[in-house]
Amino acid sequence: MVYIEQLVTSFIASAAFGIIFNAPRESLVKCGISGTVGWIVYFSLDKNGSGTVFATLMASFLIAVVSQLFAKAYRMPSIIFSVAGIIPLVPGGLAYDAMRNFVENDYGAAVSLAAKASMISGAIAVGLVFSEVINQVIRRSSLGPVK
Amino acid sequence: MDNQDQTFEVMRACLLAGKIMLRSGAETYRVEDTMSRMASALGIAKTHSYVTPTGIIFSVEGVGPERTKLVRISDRTTDLRKVAMVNAVSRKISSGEVGLAQACRLLEEIEEANLAYSFQIQIIAAAIASGCFTIMFLGSWLDFLPSMTAGGIGFFLVVYFHRIVPVKFFAEFLSSFFIGMIAFLFVKFGLGQELDKIIIGSVMPLVPGLLITNAVRDLMAGHLVSGLSKGAEALLTAFAIGSGIAAILSFF
Repeated sequence: MVYIEQLVTSFIASAAFGIIFNAPRESLVKCGISGTVGWIVYFSLDKNGSGTVFATLMASFLIAVVSQLFAKAYRMPSIIFSVAGIIPLVPGGLAYDAMRNFVENDYGAAVSLAAKASMISGAIAVGLVFSEVINQVIRRSSLGPVK
Repeated sequence: MDNQDQTFEVMRACLLAGKIMLRSGAETYRVEDTMSRMASALGIAKTHSYVTPTGIIFSVEGVGPERTKLVRISDRTTDLRKVAMVNAVSRKISSGEVGLAQACRLLEEIEEANLAYSFQIQIIAAAIASGCFTIMFLGSWLDFLPSMTAGGIGFFLVVYFHRIVPVKFFAEFLSSFFIGMIAFLFVKFGLGQELDKIIIGSVMPLVPGLLITNAVRDLMAGHLVSGLSKGAEALLTAFAIGSGIAAILSFF
C-alpha cells in the first residue's frame, strides 16, 4: 500500500517538476517515469536498511541511466529527463533538520545532520557522474554504435 | 554573398544558438559542443569558445583575420523546451537538412517565441508537487492540502518578488519565510499535523535542482569555472531557503 502511494505521488511530483522547468509537453510523462524509477529504488533501499547514502547513489545512477536511454530514443538532451527525477533525492528534509538544530543552538546535532546532507548531495553527484562515465566508455569502445 | 559575410553569418547563428541555450539552463559543455558542431557543419572547421554562466566568447578562424565576439548573458531562466528545440536545429544543420539562412531564421523564431507554460499552470504544478512531496516524505494525507497551499503560494511569491527585486537571494529568502509562516499558521489552527513535513514538502519547488545537476556535469566535463560558479549559485539558493525557514523557526 505504501509503495503504491509512493509510486503515484513520485510520478505526479516529477511530472509537475517537468512543468516548472518548462520541459516539452511530450516529455512530461517520461520525466515522471524517470522520477518514479529513482524514487522507488531510493525508497525501497532506504526502507530495507541499506543506508540513505547508498540508496541515493543507486537512485541517482538509475535516473541518469534511464534519462540517457530516453535521450537516445527521443533525440533530446538527457538533462530534460534527469533534472525532474533528481529533485526528490535532494536532502531537503535533512537540511531542514540541520537548520532547525542550528536555530535551537544544538550545534553538535546540527553539524552532524549537515554533514549527512552534504554526503547525500555528494552521492547524487557521484551517481550522475558514474553513469555519464559508463555512457562515454560504451560510446567510445567497440560496443557502441559506429559513428 | 562573399566569404567574409558568410563567416559573420555563421558566427551570428552559432552565438544565437549558444545564447538561447545558456539562457534556458543548458549545461556549459552542451553549449560549447553545439556551437562548434554547428560551425563545422556550416563550413568553419576551427572555432574556439569560452562559455561561462554569464557570457560567451566565440572566435572563428575563417578567411581573413580571426574574428571574436562576446555575448553577455544577464538573465537566466529554466526553459528546457528551448534547449531541446535548439538541439534539434543543430542536429538538422549537422545532417545538412537546413542551410545557414534557414537556420538563422529558425533560431530567431525560437528566441522570440514564448513557449513557457502559463504562470497559473506552473503555480498549480508547484502546488501539486509540494503536496506529493509531503506524502513522499511519509507525511500524512491530512497535510496534503496545507502543503499544496503553502507550496503554491511560495512559488508564486518567489517569481513575484524576483520581478520586483532583482536580487534572487532576497526573493528566495522572503518566499521561504512566508512558506514557513503559512505552514506554522496551518498547524496552529489545527488544519495541519506536522510542521516539519509541510515545510519540507512546500519548499521543494524552490530547491535548485537544475543548478546542482548542471554544476556536477560541468565540473566533470572539465568546465571548472562554470561548475564552481553554478555550485556557488546553488549553495546560495539553499542558504536563502534555509535562513528563511530558520527565521520563522526562531520566532516561534
